[in-house]
Amino acid sequence: MKNDQKTRRILSIALIALVGIVLFLCNQYLDSYQLRIINLCGIYITLGLSLNLIYGFTGLFSLGHAGFMAVGAYTTALLTMPPQLKQMNFFLEPIVPWLANVEVGFFWALIIAGSITGLIGFLIGAPVLKLRDDYLAIATLGFSEIIRIVFTNLQNVTNGPLGLKGLPPYTTIWWSWGFALVSILFMAYLFKGSYGRAFIAIREDEIAAEAMGINIFRHKILSFTIGSFMAGIGGGLLAHLMGTIDPLMFRFLLTFNILLIVVLGGMGSISGTVISAIVVTVSMEYLRFLDGPMNFLIFKTDGIPGMRMVIFSLLLMIVILFFQRGLMGSKELSWDFILGPKDKTLNLPEEE
Amino acid sequence: MYILRTENVTMKFGGLVAVSDFNLEIKHNEIVGLIGPNGAGKTTAFNIITGQYTPTEGFVFFNNEDITTCSPYEITRLGIARTFQNIRLFKDMTVLDNVLVGNHLRLRSPLLSSVLRSPRYRKEERHMIQKSFNLLRDLGLDDVLYEKAYSLPYGKQRRLEIARALATDPKVILLDEPAAGMNPQESIELMNFIHEIREKFDLTILLIEHTMQVVMGVCERIYVLDHGVTIAQGTPEEIQNNPKVIEAYLGVN
Repeated sequence: MKNDQKTRRILSIALIALVGIVLFLCNQYLDSYQLRIINLCGIYITLGLSLNLIYGFTGLFSLGHAGFMAVGAYTTALLTMPPQLKQMNFFLEPIVPWLANVEVGFFWALIIAGSITGLIGFLIGAPVLKLRDDYLAIATLGFSEIIRIVFTNLQNVTNGPLGLKGLPPYTTIWWSWGFALVSILFMAYLFKGSYGRAFIAIREDEIAAEAMGINIFRHKILSFTIGSFMAGIGGGLLAHLMGTIDPLMFRFLLTFNILLIVVLGGMGSISGTVISAIVVTVSMEYLRFLDGPMNFLIFKTDGIPGMRMVIFSLLLMIVILFFQRGLMGSKELSWDFILGPKDKTLNLPEEE
Repeated sequence: MYILRTENVTMKFGGLVAVSDFNLEIKHNEIVGLIGPNGAGKTTAFNIITGQYTPTEGFVFFNNEDITTCSPYEITRLGIARTFQNIRLFKDMTVLDNVLVGNHLRLRSPLLSSVLRSPRYRKEERHMIQKSFNLLRDLGLDDVLYEKAYSLPYGKQRRLEIARALATDPKVILLDEPAAGMNPQESIELMNFIHEIREKFDLTILLIEHTMQVVMGVCERIYVLDHGVTIAQGTPEEIQNNPKVIEAYLGVN
């Protein structure tokens, strides 16, 4: 039994090493367009997991993700831009003095961005998490739009509708996949432990969970804050991959993309989210030809922008009709799943 | 000295008086039944005691402490656990995980140390799993540890709900129709089971039940509710011969 656990640990480390080698090779041999897609995959894994934590595992139907990402993206951008670049960007109205000369390293900028987003998630969560289901969705969607509108109008902090341009391209494969790996490990360990079980219990039956002595509100806030923290980091990574951010980037469509990943992958499945983040991101790019001109022999179209999203919406409908709970449901593609379950007797955690 | 006591509890929903002037007194280690026709206010009384509802008037005392306005999770922490009339298990979780959730309230490590598997957390988790396993073994559910809760047969689901409630270390346990849907044989087993857990866990039990065989067989004292009013209380013999109770159940001609 102990050996069993050890094999699994070795296998996990081997898998991580393998992914590392593959990423290294990608980094060496792929062109910048393909690298960008691989970067996006990593970032969408983090973002997908953050929404899955809130929606898939804790059952809080939140549609505010784009707003949280906006906070993360702007915070990271403003913290990492060199002073001259800020001066160049803010030509309509100068930037507020306390931000003009700040410049911190990328890592710390991301951590601060995550913390600020987490704090905002906490502040929004405190009033709206009293709501349930659809009402919660509407309230969080509203807050996400409020964040966007505020950012559009805070000319001397966010440069308003002009956005921030020429962000240093800090996001490399190692950053995006590094954070993806940390997110995966964090989620895996969280849901192996007692807090994870409490979150799932809240999703399964709130009244019963409260009768079990779980402080529902506190746990919902916890889940929501951690989810926003991760979304903030994802937003920051995205900003430094894109190089340009403006408030229009953070519309509902962005939330929808992440929701798509979570629902397709399976609500409450970490591996499902990882697989579907990669599949969705890659196919979003490679289905671009659908937006271009097409020749159906009988009739021709000269390019309909947004055709891709039609395909994705159809895909979503098919998944919802035939696999109600997404690709993986709440199952995990874990070593137990591949090697067969461990023996059915009690597995006590090892003593240290 | 009563472990659980309600004082003139009245619950109104708009114009409807669901429970009126309800005075319950339970001593340590007693098994008390709460019976009455459908809609008599039994479950409402449960919901008041466990904090789901705050009564319109009156007080609830647990160990002489006023718990009238406590929320359900605080009441569970103090030591009153319950089961539900329509089983409310965490269906998509395993049997063991269901019981482990019942242990969560006593967990002292913060979230981050659970993720980082700090030694203190590992110790707590180990203890938690051992305790849950012992509980499941005592309740004869140790052969289905890793089954999903929804896949269990009905009788085992009922038992799992009780196991989960026991995991919160209660002093008082409230059972809402534990024998619902059970055949006579299972009902007899349930009666033995209730006696067993009382001895083993030093419990005080309050139960709602319609199956008279169970109520009369297991309860030491019974309260009878009808339209929210307590129409009788006493030992099973007294209740069986009480004309008011017979009237409430059978009607008058």
